[in-house]
Amino acid sequence: MNSTPLVALVGNPNAGKSALFNALTGARQKVGNYPGVTVERKSGRMALPDGRPIELVDLPGTYSLDPASPDEQVTRDVVVGRQEGEKLPSALVVVLDATNLDNHLRFALQLIALGLPVVIALNMMDMARRDGLTIDVDALSKALGVPVVETVAVRRLGMDELKTALATVVGDGTRTVRAGAPPEHDIVTLQRRARAIAVAATREESLARAWTHRLDAVALHPVSGPIVLAVILFVMFQAVFAWSEAPIGWIEAGFVAAQDAVGAVLPTGILRSLLVDGVIAGVGSVLVFLPQILILFLFILLLEASGYMVRAAFLMDRLMAGVGLSGRAFIPLLSSFACAIPGIMATRTIDDPKDRLTTILIAPLMTCSARLPVYAVIIGAFIPARDVGLGVGLQGLVLFGLYVTGIVSAMIAAFVIRRTIAKGESAGFMMEMPRYQMPVIRDVAIGLMQRAWIFLHRAGTLILLATVLLWALLSFPQSPTGRDQVRYSAAGRIASGLETIVRPIGFNHEIALAIIPAMAAREVAVSALATVYAIEGGDEVQTERSLVGRLRGRWSLPTALAFLMWFVFAPQCLSTIAVIRRETNGWKWPLFSLAYLFGLAYLAAGFTFWAATALGL
Amino acid sequence: MRLNELPPHEAALIRVIDWTALKAGEARRMRELGFDEGVRVETLHRGPVGMDPIACRVGRMTIALRRKTAAAVSVEPFPMAAE
Repeated sequence: MNSTPLVALVGNPNAGKSALFNALTGARQKVGNYPGVTVERKSGRMALPDGRPIELVDLPGTYSLDPASPDEQVTRDVVVGRQEGEKLPSALVVVLDATNLDNHLRFALQLIALGLPVVIALNMMDMARRDGLTIDVDALSKALGVPVVETVAVRRLGMDELKTALATVVGDGTRTVRAGAPPEHDIVTLQRRARAIAVAATREESLARAWTHRLDAVALHPVSGPIVLAVILFVMFQAVFAWSEAPIGWIEAGFVAAQDAVGAVLPTGILRSLLVDGVIAGVGSVLVFLPQILILFLFILLLEASGYMVRAAFLMDRLMAGVGLSGRAFIPLLSSFACAIPGIMATRTIDDPKDRLTTILIAPLMTCSARLPVYAVIIGAFIPARDVGLGVGLQGLVLFGLYVTGIVSAMIAAFVIRRTIAKGESAGFMMEMPRYQMPVIRDVAIGLMQRAWIFLHRAGTLILLATVLLWALLSFPQSPTGRDQVRYSAAGRIASGLETIVRPIGFNHEIALAIIPAMAAREVAVSALATVYAIEGGDEVQTERSLVGRLRGRWSLPTALAFLMWFVFAPQCLSTIAVIRRETNGWKWPLFSLAYLFGLAYLAAGFTFWAATALGL
Repeated sequence: MRLNELPPHEAALIRVIDWTALKAGEARRMRELGFDEGVRVETLHRGPVGMDPIACRVGRMTIALRRKTAAAVSVEPFPMAAE
């Protein structure tokens, strides 16, 4: 299938490139990685009006061909045909923000100079009209020497015209296009040329952007701005609990029904135990959290798509500067609330190596969604579902507190790291603030589906494997009657060794058991506990089938709190360690973060346990 | 006057940029974002803590940058007749 022509989508950040990519390819997308680097490769298929298939690849947004980060490097290397694992594109679709023509044209000029066939997608034409801009498309096309097509990607306008224009430049695939090294151009000279072309093609300019100005007057106001940010974050974390209640109930009911069905069909024995106690109890207890994870990702995707994320970075910059970071680090850190892996990968947009390293090291302290299942189970079991007034639930408040603990610890860690191992002057903060945009449901839905798929895939592979393995270690060797099966099993014996280390911080035998497989993925701690108590309970316990009910009778409150604090800091999943290794090119930093996070976790859990015990909780 | 001292919502023109006062990466990013002599600038917003960073309109874009960086940009009042 290598004969399918490759077309690359290139443009400045905030030009609407991703929306255009979604509009052209629909849901037929493949997300992968470029070899050797951790830059995401997004590609999809589309058909030209004459029926010819095209492979469209969405390149990372960049301002020029002079790369400052690994992301931008990939874009440069692809368009000059130097990227490993990618052939030279047959054509480029250059996406420009019509409201920002003078600046975006400079990059377009640089790309046209490469000599590849180019079609310009003059995007966000609706915004330009609203701003009072009239752009002479023919004049622009003549000045640039390439076809220019007006588009509104978010409403899928101009897609047919764009495909038609593309069909004329792509050729039949026999023509060999060659691009040399990017021509050396002084940015300022190009910028001035771009400005001249933009001025010549644009008429009736009146300063507008009314909506963005009105919203920013509130969102960036020195007083109301931080309040708005705090409210958004608070609502986000409350919603994670409040909105997920009903769907979680349905999923739980489904798994209970599945356990009953299997229990009714199979006779008591190993196979029934494997399915009911291992697979269904284990995987089910993790899948239950899909609604919460999706709600969290929904908020993050909406904040990104609306343009608010950069405002948050603006508001946070000064505070981040206080610990030696910049507002830019806020975006990877906020993404880390969903998952540390995309968060750590997002640090690639940070140019300064020390800023970047610090952000990578503290990203695992942001409460990722995989920790939510653990928090949710413990909070559900030990924190009463009381209203503390103003419609704020105590459970949500405790959850918020755990997130805040993670953030504060991350800031302290950054402060220390920036003054010891990553010493040096702080790099600056400079970002374009795009206009606000109404998020497109379709684009958000595609993003959510990709996240849901990744989670389900993990549940079906890694978590299933860990669960079955743990079930086996827990079920064998079989204990003689009268002896406790969990303690007698292979896993129980391993945990007994570990228990001596974690007993001082209030952890019991079952916790020692659960935190080992939690290294594979944090949420496995929940499925591990579910499996442990399911096997221990045997078949006769019908009243307390939920893990929450089982924990309530067995753990003291100080133990539960210590367990929560442990998870604020420590057990990173192996995937996080792997991504840190990849991003820092070596074992030094992953091992360092492993050691410092485990140390912090032990101390934090210990102090919590001792304090709670002393207070008589 | 320097850009970091420019009162909000007062249009100005960039007179000269002291590129040597900036780190190489910072200077390059500023050029890419459209900072250039003769370009119209206006401070729109200032951060909640210590009025830092600032958000400036440069050409048709809004750029957030720190006051320390903005100090490298000298500005002069925007000629009223052209406004």
